[in-house]
Amino acid sequence: MNALFSWLADPAHWSGSAGIPARLVEHLWYSVLALALGAVVALPIGALVGHGRRGGFLIVGSANGMRALPELGLLTLLVLLMGIGLLPVTLALAVLAIPPLLAGTYSGVRNVDPGAVDAARGMGMREWQVLFKVELPNALPLILGGLRGAALQVIATAAVAAYVSFGGLGRFLIDGLRTRDYPQMAAGAVLVAVLALVVEGLLALLQRAIVSPGLRGGGRRSPTVTVGRPAPAPANPEPVPVREPAGAEP
Amino acid sequence: MVWDWIPRNLGMIGGLLGEHVVLALLPVLIGLVLAVPIGWAAAGNRALRGVLVPAASVLYTIPSLALFIVLPAIIGTRILDPLNVVVALTIYTVALLVRSVADALGAVPSMVVAAATAMGYRPGRRFVSVELPLAVPVLVAGLRVAAVSNISLVSVGALIGVGGLGQLFTDGYQRNFPLEILTGIVMVLLLALVVDGLLVLIGRVSTPWTRVGANA
Repeated sequence: MNALFSWLADPAHWSGSAGIPARLVEHLWYSVLALALGAVVALPIGALVGHGRRGGFLIVGSANGMRALPELGLLTLLVLLMGIGLLPVTLALAVLAIPPLLAGTYSGVRNVDPGAVDAARGMGMREWQVLFKVELPNALPLILGGLRGAALQVIATAAVAAYVSFGGLGRFLIDGLRTRDYPQMAAGAVLVAVLALVVEGLLALLQRAIVSPGLRGGGRRSPTVTVGRPAPAPANPEPVPVREPAGAEP
Repeated sequence: MVWDWIPRNLGMIGGLLGEHVVLALLPVLIGLVLAVPIGWAAAGNRALRGVLVPAASVLYTIPSLALFIVLPAIIGTRILDPLNVVVALTIYTVALLVRSVADALGAVPSMVVAAATAMGYRPGRRFVSVELPLAVPVLVAGLRVAAVSNISLVSVGALIGVGGLGQLFTDGYQRNFPLEILTGIVMVLLLALVVDGLLVLIGRVSTPWTRVGANA
């Protein structure tokens, strides 16, 4: 433990292209690229299938299947086939980001209150307006939940990229392992774990900041607007017609 | 022929498969045994739940490679000990299942519990024969996620020399031999598929009443 702290406290490990800040930036860079690529694939598919409300079992099934894909195998295979480069690493990590994003987007859009969607159509909105103005804003909590899951997965796994001679915080893990430099390994492990926790916390805050207040508190409870004091419920309620048919009055 | 590699190495692949199954599923079993009492405690006590469930999700956030490497310093094992992988995956399983168990037990209708109490069930027996069986569907859902993600995570252990089928990835990479890696990927996927199917089956067999209810 003390060796770990003295490794972390050594100023030599905080500067240069192999220092902690440089590795941290590399790590975040791969992660952001992979998340962006994953989102470009997953968001439209999830939104369209959720909007059409059909074929959901395919989404859920394939998302679960992709979860079982072993990342190390995918990464080493892609690097062998395509050569060492940013592309195979980004592709392999993006594959990890897709299942949570796809599942979150699909179930978010699919579970929007059908009453709200009908109301939007009744107001004359076109299908794309229904999707962008009603369904996606309502689905935001689940989409962001998917993004959090994806970010966590990608950041945790980006450490494996160091195995195929790539940068990122995983370098400390892999190099430390090869040279039996235990403090370096432990420092790398702690740094990756802290990064994952910090990003998770930041995304949770972001979620709180951009989700519409009407959707907070979970569930699909539509916000009820009460003007003034609510009228007391009648003790003996009788069925009252909401709207008189036109021309019923003499 | 390159494809010869598979039949010539069937024995080795089978051995790695066996190792993979043990490394991935032993933690699921241990995790289940640990998570049920913890989840039960969390379901019964709101304050405890407020501590346990967030703590479990923080544990789940720790990257697997990091946990494999840091564990020896905490539990005093050697770095290349398979025990590290088993303990790390058990931690993930518990973290995942505690929430499932707490949610599942919390969702058991209070009338059912009250009826069982009125029939003379003591708390221990009521838990085993009424509450736990009703929690099975949610529990199986949690077990499926835990088993599939463990099967995929074991292969990361290859980086610290203990990875079951994951060793096909490191070996294939070092020898520049894609077929070996591909074989490993296919085997891991098949294993995940089979285990997932078995868990679904176990869930169905152990909850016959859900099907009766659906047909009525």
